[in-house]
Amino acid sequence: MDDPITQSPTNDPPALEAVGICKRFDTVVANQDVNLRIGKGQIHALLGENGAGKSTLVNILFGLYRADEGEVRVNGRPVRMNSPHDAIDHHIGMVHQHFQLVPVLTVAENIVLGHEPTRGRGLLDLDRAATEVSELGKRFGLEVDPRATVEDLPVGMQQRVEILRALYRKADILILDEPTAVLTPQETDHLLEVLRGLAAEGVAIVFITHKLREVLAVADRVTVMRGGRVVGTTTPAETDQAGLAEMMVGRSVVLRVAKTEARPEAGVLEIRDLHVRDVRDRPAVDGLSLVVRSGEIFGIAGVDGNGQRELVEAMTGLRMSDSGSILLDGSDITGRTPRQISQLGVAHIPEDREKHGLIGPHSIADNLVLNRYFRAPYARRGLRQLDAIDNEAERLVADYDIRTESIGATARSLSGGNKQKVITARELSHGARLLVASQPTRGIDVGSIEFVHQQIVGQRDIGVAVLLISAELDEILSLSDRIGVIFKGRLVAIADAGDLDRATIGRLMGAGADAA
Amino acid sequence: MSTLTRYRWWFVTAAFLVAFTLFTAEFQQPQTTAVLAATLRQSTPLVLGALCGILCERSGVINIGIEGQMLMSAFAGFVVASSTGDLLLGVAAGIGCGMLMGAFLAFLSVSLRGDQIIAGTVLNIAAIGLTSFFFQQGRSLPSGKTSIIKIGPLADLPVVGRVLFSNRPLTYLTMLLVPVLWYTLFRTTWGLRTRAVGEHPSAAETVGVSVVRIRYLNLILGGGLAGMGGAYLSLEAVGSFERMMTNGKGFVALAVMIFGRWNPVGAWGAALLFGYANAVQTQFQFRGWLADDPQFIGMMPFIVTIVVVAGFVGRARPPASIGQPYSRE
Repeated sequence: MDDPITQSPTNDPPALEAVGICKRFDTVVANQDVNLRIGKGQIHALLGENGAGKSTLVNILFGLYRADEGEVRVNGRPVRMNSPHDAIDHHIGMVHQHFQLVPVLTVAENIVLGHEPTRGRGLLDLDRAATEVSELGKRFGLEVDPRATVEDLPVGMQQRVEILRALYRKADILILDEPTAVLTPQETDHLLEVLRGLAAEGVAIVFITHKLREVLAVADRVTVMRGGRVVGTTTPAETDQAGLAEMMVGRSVVLRVAKTEARPEAGVLEIRDLHVRDVRDRPAVDGLSLVVRSGEIFGIAGVDGNGQRELVEAMTGLRMSDSGSILLDGSDITGRTPRQISQLGVAHIPEDREKHGLIGPHSIADNLVLNRYFRAPYARRGLRQLDAIDNEAERLVADYDIRTESIGATARSLSGGNKQKVITARELSHGARLLVASQPTRGIDVGSIEFVHQQIVGQRDIGVAVLLISAELDEILSLSDRIGVIFKGRLVAIADAGDLDRATIGRLMGAGADAA
Repeated sequence: MSTLTRYRWWFVTAAFLVAFTLFTAEFQQPQTTAVLAATLRQSTPLVLGALCGILCERSGVINIGIEGQMLMSAFAGFVVASSTGDLLLGVAAGIGCGMLMGAFLAFLSVSLRGDQIIAGTVLNIAAIGLTSFFFQQGRSLPSGKTSIIKIGPLADLPVVGRVLFSNRPLTYLTMLLVPVLWYTLFRTTWGLRTRAVGEHPSAAETVGVSVVRIRYLNLILGGGLAGMGGAYLSLEAVGSFERMMTNGKGFVALAVMIFGRWNPVGAWGAALLFGYANAVQTQFQFRGWLADDPQFIGMMPFIVTIVVVAGFVGRARPPASIGQPYSRE
């Protein structure tokens, strides 16, 4: 479908335009005949599910990928986009979903990298860089200490550095790839305000998201993508959340999870005053205590990097804790090995499924028995029983609707949603006591999200204790029976799901107990 | 953290060694002078090798082929110097040979995106094979090895004069290269880009820094340094070429680089420590002290290594992207 003419207030050509873009990766079509026009001073939201082709499109606009067909125009003139250098030369700036910052360098060094101010002959002028960064920050409401080391900054601040870097290069076209995914609601509001300010100064903004609320709040125009194609372009005035959702998914979707009242029983998991350090030996979990009962979902809300990862790793035996104890059904499992813990009935859906959930080059069947391949009936006297493994795999593939040609295919060949189904099937199919689900729906399609959510609620209903950790506040709110908010390694609030509203949780996520 | 607290163990060690040296100098001045001069001599090839390692690893490429680069360059330098009679030409040939090998390493590991460990091993094996094959007994340098340059009246100072101000040219050059490389690495655009590429290549690429270009540049320059280290061995330290004359120095240089936390000045300090342990050992054996236990004395440099690695260094963090070939899509 073609994009209707963009009504810019004057007859200027659009600041940035994509015409007939096609891009394939091997056999996968990521972009098919995509057209997009962004006017000067406009905020243009690019909306779509994961895998809809948004990221591919903006990576082409920024010169990171080369389009197979089609062209990119800046201010009406076709331009060659062979590298980010070309994009920067045309004053296009990009704020990446995974920040492209060098953690060990300072804010100022990161911002000037590639366009460094010098005192002649390649000698860096870092004082001038710091001054310029400060001034830029003040002007756009993006203050950040230019001499701080990036890895010490919270995520929201790191994002400011990314935006400042684009502005330092005099960008008048700014592309933001899922900028709000890592922010608290309050930080998101501030960001949207900054974007409005930039648009008012004439900057054209492309804003990628899958959060409908933000689109309606800030965008001048919305383009929706699905399956690599543009479905249509509209304005917030002409549509609403339900309308946009339907365009995204191609069918009407239920945005809430159906579940009954929880009937919690005895406590299954109890954590007492737990302290865990992170990779760099800094306290990550700092005196955390909680109880999760059988038959309830306990959701932990929080901005990424507040100790969630270390908490999960300590519970599943992947990381040593400093002090405190973790009790499962009353017996201490602190310091046990991952296998011992798994054998005691702790199911784990890890945050990074590629890295910690699956062995990519191994078959789906092997991955499905990864937590019990060593015991009967899958192994006898040290010999693997391939028939038993295959039978189990066939059964799980059918039960969990895993879409694959064969159980012998590699796990790596599956789509994100099907990978998650393999993990879910493996972890939940043999009677868990406790389910630890970390970011269980990150980056998977809506159909798989619904499936995983149903599985989690289903486990709760048969009496499993569920600990859900998610950076998606909506996921926490729609699944949890009780909610704890994690901030700097502690739970700063624990309450029944009905007693906490979005705004309160958002404040707690951003500033701990001081804010509420 | 201030520099003082962060490097407190280095300062303590250095202070102890200086005090110890002054103490011994009081009683045994000739021996002390000899030990210190030997320290500097022993450390020179290690410093050059470590600087090569720093240039490569700071840009994200592991170079375990330093040993091979040094050996091949020692050979090339010797062959050119002995056939032309020109030492300067010999040194230039050594540096050029190192640079060529650096370019080859870059081609394997950056352009072809091969495994960096294997690429480095290729250099080592090739160097051993080629130098053994072409080695001819009985060649010699018509003009002898590089000569000592005394720096005016400074060379007449007691102890210090002999140790610091009456050395051969490549030793001086190496001492000069340490601060120069520190400055370029931390105070120039090239240095900033190098560090960025080594830590997070895709971030550098998105701001228009070419990862491939920086890596090629650094590997070639680093190869030149290792090449100079090789030329030092054949043309300045020994005055001839011997089979396998690098004798593991290229690998020790990697340890020196890690000791020095990928910092030229740190690596220099670490190389001096190694050199010192070696020089003390040599001096002990030369004097016949503790002659009943020669093995014990021979062990000393390694004890120093273990103590320093285990006790003082702590956990050093290498550049984040080392070992990973970079590709854009």
